[in-house]
Amino acid sequence: MRFSVATIAAAAMLGLASQAAAETVAPGDVKFEDGTVTVSVSGAAGDPANGAEVFKSRKLGNCLACHTNSAMNNELFHGDVGPVLDGVADRWSAEELRAIVVNSKAVFGDETVMPGFYSLEVGKFVSEDLVGKTILSAQEVEDVVAYLGTLKE
Amino acid sequence: MRKFIFMAGTAVALALAGAAVAEPVDEKLVIDGEIEIVTKAKAPEGHPFDEVLSGWLFRTAETRALEADSFINPAMLTVEDGERVWNTVEGTEGKSCASCHGNAAESMKDIGAHYPKWDAATNRPVNIELQINKCREERMGAEAYAFDKGGQRPLTTYIKYQALGTPVSIDLSQGEMQKWWDTGKDLYYTRTGQLNLSCASCHEVNAGKYIRADHLSQGQVNGFPLYRLKNQGIVSLHNRFRGCIRDTRAEMPKAFSDELMALEVYVTWRGTGLSVETPAVRH
Ligand code: HEC
Ligand code: HEC
Ligand code: HEC
Repeated sequence: MRFSVATIAAAAMLGLASQAAAETVAPGDVKFEDGTVTVSVSGAAGDPANGAEVFKSRKLGNCLACHTNSAMNNELFHGDVGPVLDGVADRWSAEELRAIVVNSKAVFGDETVMPGFYSLEVGKFVSEDLVGKTILSAQEVEDVVAYLGTLKE
Repeated sequence: MRKFIFMAGTAVALALAGAAVAEPVDEKLVIDGEIEIVTKAKAPEGHPFDEVLSGWLFRTAETRALEADSFINPAMLTVEDGERVWNTVEGTEGKSCASCHGNAAESMKDIGAHYPKWDAATNRPVNIELQINKCREERMGAEAYAFDKGGQRPLTTYIKYQALGTPVSIDLSQGEMQKWWDTGKDLYYTRTGQLNLSCASCHEVNAGKYIRADHLSQGQVNGFPLYRLKNQGIVSLHNRFRGCIRDTRAEMPKAFSDELMALEVYVTWRGTGLSVETPAVRH
């Protein structure tokens, strides 16, 4: 009984959401299985070229703050808080990479310093203008994941 | 030969590409060839590190040189401003700081190394900024300075400068200082903001690493107020705290709020044994 009520509620919400974007998965509804997220969170494929922009933009992914990426050697200053991302697609599948970008804590544990880019499990006292918002949009996550998929050695 | 070894070290670090921690420099800071500064000290008991390190060790050779020579340290102008304010009569009592405290080189010597202190009257810790405001309001009949306004930064810099070289130590047995230390410690490890980071995420877990262009230090407070090349001006401690909190995309507590005073007590303790470097120079 409970289940069916939840299903109806979910269906109703999806009905509302569908006016905005086809099959976007809300941050709280992303399903993690064994460190993977199998379904595209935006419901669409990722664009690696835009993913590269999101990756380097200080306002969006700012991934270079913590990661070195030789494929972006023309960008100044790469950090070394996290591992070098060269060849990262040889080490992780696309589904694993999606899980890492959506919410790294679901993969590496609560202690990791890597932010969850599509998660509402955030720190205290979030800036008022960012309450309830994720760092990246669902499509930006997919774009970054598609870009990471190009990092092979 | 030294240089060669250093370069070989760099090559190894680059080869490991990011996996390696960039070490702080192994150098001594002697200001004007006279005042020896303790930039490395054995950590007090219960500290997460074995050794506490000054932020100076993490800066570039150019920045380090600016601090080592008071003729080229741009913040020495602020010290001079502070001396002027010290001698300026203000308020209804017709007094200056000097009217009661005389020569700061004597009356304020080393005082800055032992703040925050417990203030029984207000039942909370005070830092130099708040002590200045107390004297202005209670003894001079002058208005308290608003945060970072008026003579606050110059006077604070001037008073801390009278402790240049003296190792930092605060007395946690006064009043309820220990309680404030506990609160400060909790805050230090609290993850804040959309980026979900605590002070420790950057200044403990990743001290020595690079976050984009910034070489992360232990986030010590012994150089404040200090000159920031990026701002081309003097920066107060609570301004720096607020900036680091804002960078996690969190709301910033007000300067001198309970949160930031507790943090100041705790973080000052984390730098026990380091010399006061005011006015330090940083990026
Ligand atoms: C605040 C620092 C920080 C930022 C910003 C950051 N990461 Fe990370 N990342 C880490 C850390 C640290 C790890 C290592 C995981 C761990 O053990 O905590 C990591 C791990 C990873 C891994 C796994 C790498 C491997 O080889 O195992 C990937 C992939 C990754 N990050 C992608 C990204 C992307 C894409 C972005 C930007 C959208 C990003 N990270 C932003 C800190 C960061
Ligand atoms: C009318 C006299 C008077 C004037 C004027 C005055 N003070 Fe004070 N000040 C005192 C007294 C008395 C104390 C000690 C009691 C206390 O802490 O309030 C004190 C304490 C201090 C202390 C703490 C010293 C310590 O040992 O910790 C500092 C710092 C200080 N004053 C700075 C200033 C500054 C800066 C000014 C000018 C803005 C100033 N005072 C003006 C009387 C004065
Ligand atoms: C995202 C990483 C990050 C976080 C989180 C962070 N800081 Fe910082 N902080 C920096 C950087 C970068 C600098 C400048 C380089 C350095 O000295 O580490 C800095 C500098 C400082 C300095 C000045 C050090 C000096 O020698 O001049 C202090 C003090 C400081 N931070 C305290 C804090 C406190 C307290 C917190 C928690 C409220 C905090 N920081 C959180 C990144 C961070």
